[in-house]
Amino acid sequence: MKDIRRHWVLYTMFLPVAIYFIVFAYIPMAGIVMAFESYTRTGGMFFSKWVGFDNFHYFFASGKAWLVTRNTIVYNVIFLGCYTVFSIIAAVFMSEIRSKFFKKMTQTLMFLPYFISWVTVSAFVYNFFNYEYGIVNKILHYFGMEGIDIYSNTSYWYFLLPFLYVWKWVGYGSILYLAAIVGIDQEIYEAATIDGASRFQRIMRITLPLLKPTMIILILLGLGRIMRGEFDMFYQLIGNNGLLMDATDIIDTLAFRSLMGSADFGMASSVGVYQSVLTLIIILTANWLVRKYDRDHALF
Amino acid sequence: MSSSTASNRKLNSAPVFTAIAYTVVSIIALVCLIPFVVLLAGAFSSESSVISDGYWFWPRDFSLDAFKFIFRYPGDVLSAYKVSILIAVIGTALSLFCSTMAAYVLGRKELKHRNKLAFFLFFTTLFSGGLAPYYIWLSRNLHLSNTYAVLILVPMFNVMYILILRSFISSSVPEPLIESARIDGAGDLRIFLQMILPLSKPALASIGVFTALAYWNDWWTAMMFTTKDPLIPLQYLLYKMLSSVNLSSAMSQHVTNLDAPKETFKLAMTVIATGPILLVFPFVQKYFVSGVTIGAVKG
Repeated sequence: MKDIRRHWVLYTMFLPVAIYFIVFAYIPMAGIVMAFESYTRTGGMFFSKWVGFDNFHYFFASGKAWLVTRNTIVYNVIFLGCYTVFSIIAAVFMSEIRSKFFKKMTQTLMFLPYFISWVTVSAFVYNFFNYEYGIVNKILHYFGMEGIDIYSNTSYWYFLLPFLYVWKWVGYGSILYLAAIVGIDQEIYEAATIDGASRFQRIMRITLPLLKPTMIILILLGLGRIMRGEFDMFYQLIGNNGLLMDATDIIDTLAFRSLMGSADFGMASSVGVYQSVLTLIIILTANWLVRKYDRDHALF
Repeated sequence: MSSSTASNRKLNSAPVFTAIAYTVVSIIALVCLIPFVVLLAGAFSSESSVISDGYWFWPRDFSLDAFKFIFRYPGDVLSAYKVSILIAVIGTALSLFCSTMAAYVLGRKELKHRNKLAFFLFFTTLFSGGLAPYYIWLSRNLHLSNTYAVLILVPMFNVMYILILRSFISSSVPEPLIESARIDGAGDLRIFLQMILPLSKPALASIGVFTALAYWNDWWTAMMFTTKDPLIPLQYLLYKMLSSVNLSSAMSQHVTNLDAPKETFKLAMTVIATGPILLVFPFVQKYFVSGVTIGAVKG
């Protein structure tokens, strides 16, 4: 208290942000009680009828719990893996390019997809994969092959979603890894060159091993987000397509549909709590691993 | 000097490898670019050529019909532009000002509770109540639905940006400078306004462009919290037009669906909604690039 009185100006300067997070984060956090209530408009968030774990029973009995958990984890692991591999490939090859102009131009092009919303990406997907007019089917027809209809067949999405994810993020990731490569001491390369190492050997024996710490940290931090699936992406690209639901339903889309589609507040709030608890456990575990590996990069 | 150029020449002396590097990077860059080319080609094609031959990499029959069609009744598009620009400008300015102010406070060593305050912010990234309470609290208790405020407030702060700003301020504003200002009689608010803000310009530029981009691309808030046309931002308008075959309300009052260029119309609308970002992008790219790296090193 004495500290607050003495430095009241500083504390007041912090106030706008503090109020924001109380109103937009902490009060909704207390709204977790909703998951244990049968929500009614009159009872509101905090005073509806207490029903214990009924909402959770209903959620787990619906058979959706395992499906969305599996989809969320599988997609996110694949996304993270592909993103890491392609970002490193792009960064390593970019670091080998000497032409400043070429480097700048390709970096600009790779970074372009980062700037557009998933709404725009969904227009691209329409543009390419529309059954009648899409460019992919036009090319397939040209070679005398059957057209494909991605909106009625789940198998295409197992490739398309990771592809689009990498497409959107590879520019960002390559900048990140390129910065790490640039930070590597040039003398190591010069020494290796004098010892007769080829460029390929220098990459395999110097660049990649020295990128490992950055890579491990970024992967562990990425793992912390694994329960929060790219809602924007899934919602924009697939929407409420019933044919694709089993293959592409993730925790976030289920919570969204229960809330905005069927106004099933019990389901929506219990899914939310389930996700938050899993997220917290995974972040704590990932952070514990980061700390063991490299204290300086731990989140807390 | 001469020895380093000699070794540089040696580093470059593998023509096959150089060729592979250029090829791989070119392919990735092209894959990133091509969808934009196809989009433009489709938007500038005539509806009849798309119906008969489909989309292609260049317009097979150049036409501005889709754009003319949209700008015959531009009410919705212009209103959405206005909303998007307004929330991006006001939101980014407010967000940067408050974030930097909080970041400065978090870095003051004389505050005993500064780490508790940082954790108070940080905890919100670890745990949340989920979508349902958030939605109900904002729409039914705070009655924020259908207001400009909700579009500005929901995407406003990012805890990571505040923490990055804190590290930036403590590493780039020397402590003695602040001390001497204090001895000269400047209060904390004045130190913040006249020293910290101007000295933080490089970080503010980077975080500002990321924040503005988040506002510009935000369709989620509008989908969750607005139902009234005058409040619809550009990305949500685009989403509504793409997801339904329907035209915007202003247009459908005037035209029957029959004479609308349905296929090229969607693409032209996408060009209109995305164009501003792609035009501005080359000029601000360097701030984004430096933003990615300061976030990575210090976040």
